[in-house]
Amino acid sequence: MTADPLIRVTGLTKVFGNALILDGVTIEVKAGEAVALLGANGAGKTTLLKVLATITRPTRGSATVAGHDCVRDAEGVRRHVGLIAHGSYLYEDLTAIENLRFWSAFAGRDARDAALQAALTDVELDAFADERVRSFSAGMKRRLALARVAMLEPTVLLLDEPFSALDQRARKWLEEYLGSFKDRGGAVMMATHSFSRDLQITDRVAILAAGKIALDTPRSAVSPDELRRLYALHTEDLA
Amino acid sequence: MSFARRAWAVTWKDVLVERRSKETLNALVFFALLLLFAFQFALGPDRDRLAQAMPGLLWLGFILSGLLGLGRTFVTERENDCWEALLLTPGDKSAVYVGKLAGNLLLMFTVEALLIALFAVFFNVDLSAALPALTLVVALGTVGLAAVGTLFAAMTANIRARELLFPILLLPVQVPVLLGTVKATEAVLAGEPLAAVAQWLKLLVAADLIYVVSGLLTFDFILEG
Repeated sequence: MTADPLIRVTGLTKVFGNALILDGVTIEVKAGEAVALLGANGAGKTTLLKVLATITRPTRGSATVAGHDCVRDAEGVRRHVGLIAHGSYLYEDLTAIENLRFWSAFAGRDARDAALQAALTDVELDAFADERVRSFSAGMKRRLALARVAMLEPTVLLLDEPFSALDQRARKWLEEYLGSFKDRGGAVMMATHSFSRDLQITDRVAILAAGKIALDTPRSAVSPDELRRLYALHTEDLA
Repeated sequence: MSFARRAWAVTWKDVLVERRSKETLNALVFFALLLLFAFQFALGPDRDRLAQAMPGLLWLGFILSGLLGLGRTFVTERENDCWEALLLTPGDKSAVYVGKLAGNLLLMFTVEALLIALFAVFFNVDLSAALPALTLVVALGTVGLAAVGTLFAAMTANIRARELLFPILLLPVQVPVLLGTVKATEAVLAGEPLAAVAQWLKLLVAADLIYVVSGLLTFDFILEG
């Protein structure tokens, strides 16, 4: 475990056209730590995750992942990051196992059937290995997307509402996976709208409002009710 | 090895997706049939007119069906944002270009073989003697068309007016390939030996090399946006 934060964002600003999406955001996430990003729609949560994933470049400021600069060393960052975004990154006309086989081979990972089946068993999709993704429910697609990311063994997970569309068993699997991921020294940054169960695996809660970090506090320091009050205060959204 | 494995993974995936969906192949086959019907009615039974027009018609069919197929190269990557995942997976991004190019060549060769066979049947011409030389010319022309088409399909994949911009960008760059292929096809169908069109074949080989190398060198920047 390293003393340096795995995620370090300093004075990050992102402008799209005339819209200021992120305004001097500074935040760090250490190894073995999970941080929840709360914020109303358009607060900049997804943009922050996309900058860290090297999909979007910042306008000003800096962001590093595992010591690699997100602009100057994007390939270095990509070797460490796993992203669960709104898109599932799955091919609808391939089966579950074919999707995992493609992404494993493309990433230069073990693409043998035994490894792929084990990954599907982890997310309880082994019975659907040969079913096309097109026939999957939203929750099944989410689980397969998680299996895809887990197979690539990242050290930093960037999750955009990872619990959405998951049933209770899949939620439990994801909570356990994230718990063991943190225990192995991984760092998690998770954008969410939930104040309840989603936050249980997190160590800190940050509220993004109008592109700024309005609050960054240990989760244990605020009760759920207090967090709702602070959220409503900073975001003018209904908590 | 890793580069080849990545490129092969992309080709395998594209071929599998196309085999399942048949979206592009079906569209191209029906389009080819439609073209042949139109040519048949326009030319009638006049053998002299047909002999004069055939190289141009053949390549008109290849180019138009190629435009249709090449323009769809990255459609599957837009679905579920797979484009982003290709970008985020560490490694040489030009492997995506090679994989996509190989997939496009497979598809285009299939449609071209079908078009040539249908031309022979519809217009009652015997192409068997010219077939080996014709295959070489068609292969060289198709590589040039697919190499630039795959690159420009990637450039226009994420913009709104891609259907408009794609042919506008592609066709002017294809002029050397079109000149070479039509002239070489004309000579081959007239029964001339390949040596007679050596200068056109050299032009095609040079154009293919330039286009493929340009694609390999620039694809990384295109994917990164």
